[in-house]
Amino acid sequence: METVDYDLVIIGGGPAGLTAGLYAARARLNVIMIEKVAPGGQVLITDLIENYPGFPEGISGPDLTDRLVAQAKQFGLPIESEEVQSLDLTGPVKKVILADRIIKTHAIIIASGASPNTLNVGEERFKGKGLSYCATCDGPFFRDKDVVAVGGGDTAVQESIFLTKFARKVYLVHRRDQLRAAKILQERALSNEKIEFVWDSVVTGLDGFFGVDNVHVKNVKTGEVRTIKADGCFIWIGIVPNGDFIGETLKRDEWGFVITDAKMATSVPGVFAAGDVRDTPLRQIATAVGDAAIAAYSAEHYIENMKS
Amino acid sequence: MAEGILDVEDGTFDAEVMKSELPVVVDFWAPWCGPCRAIGPIVEELATLYKGKVKFTKFNVDENPLTPGKFAVRAIPTLLFVKGGEVVETITGMTAKAKLDEVIKKLL
Repeated sequence: METVDYDLVIIGGGPAGLTAGLYAARARLNVIMIEKVAPGGQVLITDLIENYPGFPEGISGPDLTDRLVAQAKQFGLPIESEEVQSLDLTGPVKKVILADRIIKTHAIIIASGASPNTLNVGEERFKGKGLSYCATCDGPFFRDKDVVAVGGGDTAVQESIFLTKFARKVYLVHRRDQLRAAKILQERALSNEKIEFVWDSVVTGLDGFFGVDNVHVKNVKTGEVRTIKADGCFIWIGIVPNGDFIGETLKRDEWGFVITDAKMATSVPGVFAAGDVRDTPLRQIATAVGDAAIAAYSAEHYIENMKS
Repeated sequence: MAEGILDVEDGTFDAEVMKSELPVVVDFWAPWCGPCRAIGPIVEELATLYKGKVKFTKFNVDENPLTPGKFAVRAIPTLLFVKGGEVVETITGMTAKAKLDEVIKKLL
């Protein structure tokens, strides 16, 4: 049998990757986690997690990350800060290609997560200058200022409520005439006097001198155009999978999410996926860690069969 | 505070950063910022790597309201790369160590 560097490579260090790492390390697999920057993922920009069981007071994203990392490391999971460039999944031994080396492995768990979707109206030039995806990071810069938030799901609504701690006013721009967020979040937002809802509307552009000064909005039903004076614009309009490195070998859905079966197995034997990068009806920490436990279990069995 | 990383404030920014002999990296952060906490160890590693060649500083935006406005910092983590009193580059958000290393090499 061809030699490998590891039994299992886990790509991504969010809740899914860290949970897969915890299970794999406890199974005494020869495992490594490759994380692009630092562990945490999207959870790092979450102020308060109220729907992850076991924390009745809620827990902040960074605090939960610290706990997940400590727990995985306690059982010996090595975490390396490297960016995966591509995968070679053609042979029984898989290759994970990094900038400066190639790792050979029996199995891979892809837990690379997802990133915020962009508006695609040329807003990126305002990154760090009023355009934001992280209310906990950047909210305090908008004390007593007006900001625009875009979206209607859980993240948009919860984070808009958080922004009202600082901002004078939050305009919540949503393309439909009702919110998609969990009912409890809707109730809180609709009764918050600092939030003004801009229904049936999309953002068509941002402008400003040093940073964001104006957000241009169009009503999709009436065609009416409106300019909102705001110093910040927060975007929460869904996510896209972090899958540029995956290539064409794995079956993915029309948006690029990796398709798996109930055992988290992808279309290539020995390659598993867990968490937000996967084609799944719900993307939560609770579902990510569940996926990851199954993926690690499946990978362990795959590796055992491989060696026997 | 990590060894080799200097805390700068509104009052010391000019002397420690803008008038520094060595090139300077300024890490704008705050205690409430998760991604800032997450990239902290990466900045510390780089500070060790470039000890004596580049001055690494941290700037708490929570306690010092004046400087961020001067440099149009409206998001954190933001890293400012300063050489000879000029801002050479600004990077916002979680950024891989390799990319930061590339920018620092240009300062030398």
